[in-house]
Amino acid sequence: MSTPGLAPLGRTLVMQTWSEMRMRWRIPAFSVTIVALPVLFFTFFGLPYVKQTLSSGTSLGVYLLASFAAYSVGSVMVFGFGIGVATERALKVDVLMRATPLPPLVAILAKVLNAQVYALLSLVVLIVYGNVVGGIRQHSAVWITMIAWLLVGSVPFIALGFAIGYLSGPNVAPAAANLVYLPLSFASGLFMPLSQLPGFVQRLAPYLPAYHFGQLAWRAVGAAAEPLSVALAWLAGYTALFLAIALRAYRREESRKFG
Amino acid sequence: MLGPNGAGKTTSISLMIGLRQPTAGAVRLFGLPPTDRRARSRCGVMLQESGTTAVLTVRELVDLFRTYYPAPLPAERAISMAGLGDQAAVRVGTLSGGQRQRLYFALAICGDPDVLFLDEPTVGMDVEARRAFVASVRTLADAGKTIVFTSHYLREAEELARRIVVIDHGTVIADTSPQELKGRVPGKKITLATGRPLAPADLEGLPASVLSVAGERASLLSDEPVAVLRELFRRGVDVVDLEVTGADLEEAFLTLTRRPDAGDTPSR
Repeated sequence: MSTPGLAPLGRTLVMQTWSEMRMRWRIPAFSVTIVALPVLFFTFFGLPYVKQTLSSGTSLGVYLLASFAAYSVGSVMVFGFGIGVATERALKVDVLMRATPLPPLVAILAKVLNAQVYALLSLVVLIVYGNVVGGIRQHSAVWITMIAWLLVGSVPFIALGFAIGYLSGPNVAPAAANLVYLPLSFASGLFMPLSQLPGFVQRLAPYLPAYHFGQLAWRAVGAAAEPLSVALAWLAGYTALFLAIALRAYRREESRKFG
Repeated sequence: MLGPNGAGKTTSISLMIGLRQPTAGAVRLFGLPPTDRRARSRCGVMLQESGTTAVLTVRELVDLFRTYYPAPLPAERAISMAGLGDQAAVRVGTLSGGQRQRLYFALAICGDPDVLFLDEPTVGMDVEARRAFVASVRTLADAGKTIVFTSHYLREAEELARRIVVIDHGTVIADTSPQELKGRVPGKKITLATGRPLAPADLEGLPASVLSVAGERASLLSDEPVAVLRELFRRGVDVVDLEVTGADLEEAFLTLTRRPDAGDTPSR
């Protein structure tokens, strides 16, 4: 990986990722909130129903823990990238970085790796909490499968985060992320099973990205409502859509700032 | 690169380092497009309008930037050359404006680049910081580095530069040595008021260039203010108020732009 006259990219990537993690960690308003909120939501919306079972036979506690696991990963991506990108643009961090030999793809990859580590952390906290407080137990292979699918399937929410980050300033980004992500999660059945939501929401849900993202988590606990290929196709489609929006906003800014 | 605000200094630097694309022509650094990673690996830049994270320490940020370059300076050296030795463990967000400027200098030099682009590097620096900066720039120049910097202070350019390119409205109006430039810019500005309106003949043939005449007031630029005044008094011009000051850059530009045929032909 080493070329004369160029820094080895592997080392750069490791340092860049490590710096991103330290930066996030030092903003507790972000790092604590992003881990604590899913636990809090699960306490209010999940714990009271732990003893019930769905008509399919799945324990409602397991089902809701999987729902909030999906919510949690999506929120790390949407809020992390949305607010992060908007803030860096406002501080003009991107201007200085562009003038360095750091390849932009390495910078983005470092952000993605950092977000995956935070998502993993928040999943582990949530699962341990569900186990200790809610007595929700599954074979560890179930949780590992769920974590793996959620991390892989998080890509459309990274793209959504970028789109929000490039379309809004640092003051607007948190509100924009909330306005987009909270209703999206609700309407996709991540806060309560779809069967308990109004009929029009039930009909709308299958068109939303968070619904198909939730399927990846529900699949791991044996409660999927659609084949894996269908969920992945929807997520791929939404990735393309959000990426197109993000790229459009990025290019518009590009020509203004660096044209 | 010397010029008043809005002359095009930042735009020129941005073009040189590939942050902006020229509408015509091409920029090459080391024979490469400036956006090429090999070219960027040999450049250090300090920009006016750029920012960085607030929550890393000076040392952490310098260490991070060092990994972008193939053969960086030791972090301590980059930090001490920037005069930030005492702030190495301090978070970037708590630095003062002048210290932040020094941080950007540390980030610019930490990759041990062959060429440095510094856009208005001394803005916000106090006297002491400026002195440390000047010493570091000299050290780097003596080590064979090429340093391109912008300034709107004639004195700063004279002090540091071997070659000065004066630009105004995006056009090169002089490209010369500091000595030669100094010789071309009149040293003093004479502002005077007279008891009666000035006639054109009053100011004709003086060893000065006339900046403005309005009724009883006139301002002139000259290298020989004493000779100018002696001649004015000899002509019996009724001077009632008088001020002789050092010419600042704005006036220097006026003379440079007004008399293009006195020196180099302006290139466009």
